[in-house]
Amino acid sequence: MKLLNCPHLGARPENEFTYGGEVRVQPDPDTSSDAQWADYVFNRQGRPGTHHEWWYHNPTGIWFIAERDTITDRFLRIELASPERLKEAGHG
Amino acid sequence: MASSRRLPRRDDEWIDRQSPIRFQFEGREYEGYAGDTVSSALLANGVTLLGRSFKYHRPRSVCSFANHDINVMMASATQTHIRADVTPLSEGLSLSPTNVYGSLKKDRGALLQWLAPMLPVGFYYKVFHTPRRLFPLWERLIRRLAGIGEVNSTWPRRFFSRQTLYCDVLVVGAGASGLAAALAAREAGASVILADENARPGGSLGEQTLAADSEGAELLTRACAAIDEDEGLHWFAHSVVAGAYADRWLALHTPEGLKRVRAGSVVIATGVYEQPAVFHNNDLPGVMLASGARRLLHRHSVAVCRRAVILAANDEAYEAALEFDKAGIEIAAIVDLRAANELPSLAPAMERRGITVYAGHYVHEAHERNRSLNGVTVCPIDEPGKGQTISCDGLLMSVGWAPAAPLLYQAGAAMRFDDSRQQLLPVSLPEGYYATGRVAGMFDLEQRMAHGRDSGLAAARGEAPIAIAGAMRAHSHPYPVFEHAKGKNFVDLDEDLQLKDLINATAEGFDNIELLKRYSTIGMGPSQGKHANMNNIRILARRLGQGIDETGSTTARPFVHPVPMGMLAGHRLRPQRRTPMHPLHELHQAVWMETGHWLRPKYYGKGPEKEMIQAEVAAVHQTVGLIDVSTLGKISVVGPDAVELLQRLYTMGYSKMAVGATRYALMVDEAGIIVDDGIIARLDEEVFYVTTTSSGAPAVYREMQRRVIEWGLNVDLVNITSQMAAMNLAGPESARVLAHLTELDLSQEGFPFLRMKQARIANIDCMLMRVGFVGELGYEIHVPAKHAYRLWQLLMEAGQEYGIRPFGVEAQRLLRLQKGHIIVGQDSDGTSSPFDVAMGWAIRKEKPFFIGKRSLAILERKHPYTLVGFSLEASRAHEVEECNLVIHAGEIVGRVTSIGHSARLGRGIGLAMLKKDFAEDREVFEIRLSDGRMLKAGITPAPFYDPDNLQQKGDIEVDGIEPLKLSHSAALSPLHTEAVVTDTRAELWMADFSAQGLFQVKGAGGHEFLRELGITLPDTWFETLQRDHGGFISRTGQHEYLVYCGRDNKLSESLGGYVGITQGLSVYARSDLHLLLGGEAVSTLLSELCALSLDSLSHPARITYTQLAGISCWIQPRRNDEQTYYQIGCDPSHGLYLYQTLSTLIGERLDHSFGMDSTPTRRTAS
Repeated sequence: MKLLNCPHLGARPENEFTYGGEVRVQPDPDTSSDAQWADYVFNRQGRPGTHHEWWYHNPTGIWFIAERDTITDRFLRIELASPERLKEAGHG
Repeated sequence: MASSRRLPRRDDEWIDRQSPIRFQFEGREYEGYAGDTVSSALLANGVTLLGRSFKYHRPRSVCSFANHDINVMMASATQTHIRADVTPLSEGLSLSPTNVYGSLKKDRGALLQWLAPMLPVGFYYKVFHTPRRLFPLWERLIRRLAGIGEVNSTWPRRFFSRQTLYCDVLVVGAGASGLAAALAAREAGASVILADENARPGGSLGEQTLAADSEGAELLTRACAAIDEDEGLHWFAHSVVAGAYADRWLALHTPEGLKRVRAGSVVIATGVYEQPAVFHNNDLPGVMLASGARRLLHRHSVAVCRRAVILAANDEAYEAALEFDKAGIEIAAIVDLRAANELPSLAPAMERRGITVYAGHYVHEAHERNRSLNGVTVCPIDEPGKGQTISCDGLLMSVGWAPAAPLLYQAGAAMRFDDSRQQLLPVSLPEGYYATGRVAGMFDLEQRMAHGRDSGLAAARGEAPIAIAGAMRAHSHPYPVFEHAKGKNFVDLDEDLQLKDLINATAEGFDNIELLKRYSTIGMGPSQGKHANMNNIRILARRLGQGIDETGSTTARPFVHPVPMGMLAGHRLRPQRRTPMHPLHELHQAVWMETGHWLRPKYYGKGPEKEMIQAEVAAVHQTVGLIDVSTLGKISVVGPDAVELLQRLYTMGYSKMAVGATRYALMVDEAGIIVDDGIIARLDEEVFYVTTTSSGAPAVYREMQRRVIEWGLNVDLVNITSQMAAMNLAGPESARVLAHLTELDLSQEGFPFLRMKQARIANIDCMLMRVGFVGELGYEIHVPAKHAYRLWQLLMEAGQEYGIRPFGVEAQRLLRLQKGHIIVGQDSDGTSSPFDVAMGWAIRKEKPFFIGKRSLAILERKHPYTLVGFSLEASRAHEVEECNLVIHAGEIVGRVTSIGHSARLGRGIGLAMLKKDFAEDREVFEIRLSDGRMLKAGITPAPFYDPDNLQQKGDIEVDGIEPLKLSHSAALSPLHTEAVVTDTRAELWMADFSAQGLFQVKGAGGHEFLRELGITLPDTWFETLQRDHGGFISRTGQHEYLVYCGRDNKLSESLGGYVGITQGLSVYARSDLHLLLGGEAVSTLLSELCALSLDSLSHPARITYTQLAGISCWIQPRRNDEQTYYQIGCDPSHGLYLYQTLSTLIGERLDHSFGMDSTPTRRTAS
């Protein structure tokens, strides 16, 4: 079972977490076309490589943002979720 | 004739001749010794026919004696699939062979051999399919013949423990290299787990090393001493590391159960599997692997035969010959596949002893007499026709090895074929993995020990793996496979696959290694091809004229070796959530239903289900009913941005809600699909209380937290789903029942419909909402979990004179159906927008933004469905089932989502999701019933009952009602009793401290608030400071603290006085189940329930939130003068589950029943 080495918590097994999907940036709903909006709602980035992902630790109720290489399935970086971190991940 | 094959006592034998053991096989009595396996004891008694093959029922016996003798599986009264080659003999064991019709000697299944021409490779794809009508007959027959052994479902249930173990270095395999690695890792200070499938350490040391190798003997002696004395070296005998998973998490299959090992590094020293040669009749009893014969000789002093021929292709064959010769077994000849100039230096010595060595020869065929080997025909490899026959009763094969590399493959190692060594070798290892010894191609003992030692050191220090070194000498023949006109040259003994089967399969186009496996079933038997895969690869490679690497190898998946299901299940922990009123429902004879993890009363009473449900519905309509709705999700939303959060999360508007108002809440996702619903109550300007569906609570809370972060809102969220219980008191008499217990103004003006009030009921602080879910006057009462038990009792007591009746989920479903309220997930599905369930009214389009708004703008134009109410005759309601289809002109145009029989309305009522176009202007539609008949239903607007909510609007008469006399003794929940401690000197003890003050403080002002109370605060997250009187305080978040008061009653009282939400600061008195757990064996117990290492759990200055027994818990280690013990808490809904689970496990361990009622208790203070 994979381990997530989280700030504040230390190494925790994967089954203590809920995967929250990739970090995504919502397009402006007022200006995007139906097609752009549908793309945001329904399509996900499946390209192998480094992804920014939401991971939720169930026992503590803490959201983390993890950087994971989906080719090697290795976590490169895990941090507390915060608006600043999200901004960085969204642009990354 | 049975006669003793036991040799005189040897110094290195594993058997204890002082301890004879009697056992039975096929009804006959035999005697063996302690230290024997079933196979060794039977062979010692001269019994050589030990099993029958799977497909053709050919006579079989021991082949490898290495845990993979699949043709010698046996059954006892309690176990099937006993591997006789490795199962220790035990007194009174009574065994029978598994794959036999009749007896081993007269197996009727052997007739199948004559059907062999009808059973070509892949026969199940080819024959028996025509004529079609006969196929069921064949299918029955094949199903009866297929499979090995019988499952007896009445076998005793046994629970295995399933521990999680931690170590710095896990060494798999206790042969020369593994032992060297383990000892070296210990010297470097690492904690080591050493596992081996054999009863004793040593591997091939001794049995495959000549006595002259004193270094090996010395290593073994040192290792045995370390196993006995060194506490840092944890030895597991009879244990197989059966699976390797991510981040060095391995499954260790031991006789006591499955251990889950988290290792810092893993040293794979699994050695090699000896491989057979393939020739005609190579499966006869008497034909076996030389290493197996040597194990039998050394460990059990059993001579496998009297006169042996040795089939050789490596030096090990000659060492074996010398040993057998010395042990008094006549060596008739050595048949060496290699040319004369390739023979080893030992060959001339053989000649001197009078043993003929046939260089460049092979065994063309083996001859049978009385179901065992009688002789072999030997031919020169270049002249297959020119044979001579040698009589013998044993043929010992020593022609090659395959690496025992499944774990390496699983872990992700890259393997490459080394031509000079004729072996697959690991060329790149996954992080933290080390391979040493013969699995890595090193056969020289000195080299194995040196490389093992270096690998052990590297593993302990986390350094790079040691390069493979040493002689590039082949110990395996490149192609020990020989064709024969009559076939029966078996490649896979598990599945009776012959050379021609593989050749035919290849010719039919299944010439990829993975396809060949699936088509022919090679390697799919119980040994998973441990003695077949290598030859299979060689055969395929030769057919295709390509190399071994190009041919590849099949994917290795867990498990390496079968693991019983019972071991995987462990204690079969199955978390269940119960409400605090659970014991009271039991008293009311609740019939339970599972909804997710929750157990809820479906209905009450022993009578017929339908009648009971209708009676409960009638009580709500006519007098008063009470339902437990504690499973509803409950979330506290506090802060300056609380309104903003709710505005964005839910479809309706909340900005203009007055304090004290409640409003329906519908949540959709970004695609506009309904995901949850509930009620939002505004307790204060910045304080909201949000309910969710029972199943949606965790996801809604997660989503709220995520959005708070994403949007950078100033909101504090607390999931109080199980900290708060809730019950709905409903019916025309509900206000009067309540009036007995509260001074709250219950009049229509004082407490109107859809308002909420915070009030004391029977001196308990409660939150009440006037809701209309079931369609009668009603109050949803929310109360801290620890008071809910008492409140329910008091409401039932006060309601007695009105005929109060508890009602269950089924009655509630009917009541809400009458009101046309949807249930998310039943009347909607994973594709339904609010428009599809006719709830467009719940969307406030004028809000600037909410999740899903953009999608709903699209869906409003093109949503496909609508939800309609329908009615039918009362007598027909029971014929319709939820999910019955609505059919029009042969097409599906919708489905029934809810159906019920309303006695009140005198008709059947339901909801159906219909295609919008179809439903327009329609009055009647047709439902196809489960039996195919069609039934007409008329569209009727919902709500069916009291559409104008008149029941909520009438006068509420509560004058002159006497307050109920409250008996002082009304009990708290049984889980919240006073502290009871079992004997703390016991091996394991547990105490329930749930009644002691435990508080959660959350909010930006938390630091200051606590400091003002004179509490010193921990700085870092999850740090704990111990307090006087046995209490502690832990920081559990940015501005969140958990305070345990211990015996500090003053603190408990003062915090108790602040419970509530004021100025952004929330103080909760928590209702957690809260236990102390201690005793010498507590670490073992925790390792069975928790995946974290004990080290990480045992720091007194740290609180750990983790999963214990499958549920979220907090664990706070404590220490007194005598011992370390653990304070453990979980949310109250899991309390009974955790308490019972721990009681059961402790009881098992102490070997007597354990629990609050059955143990001598004494009151103590911690």
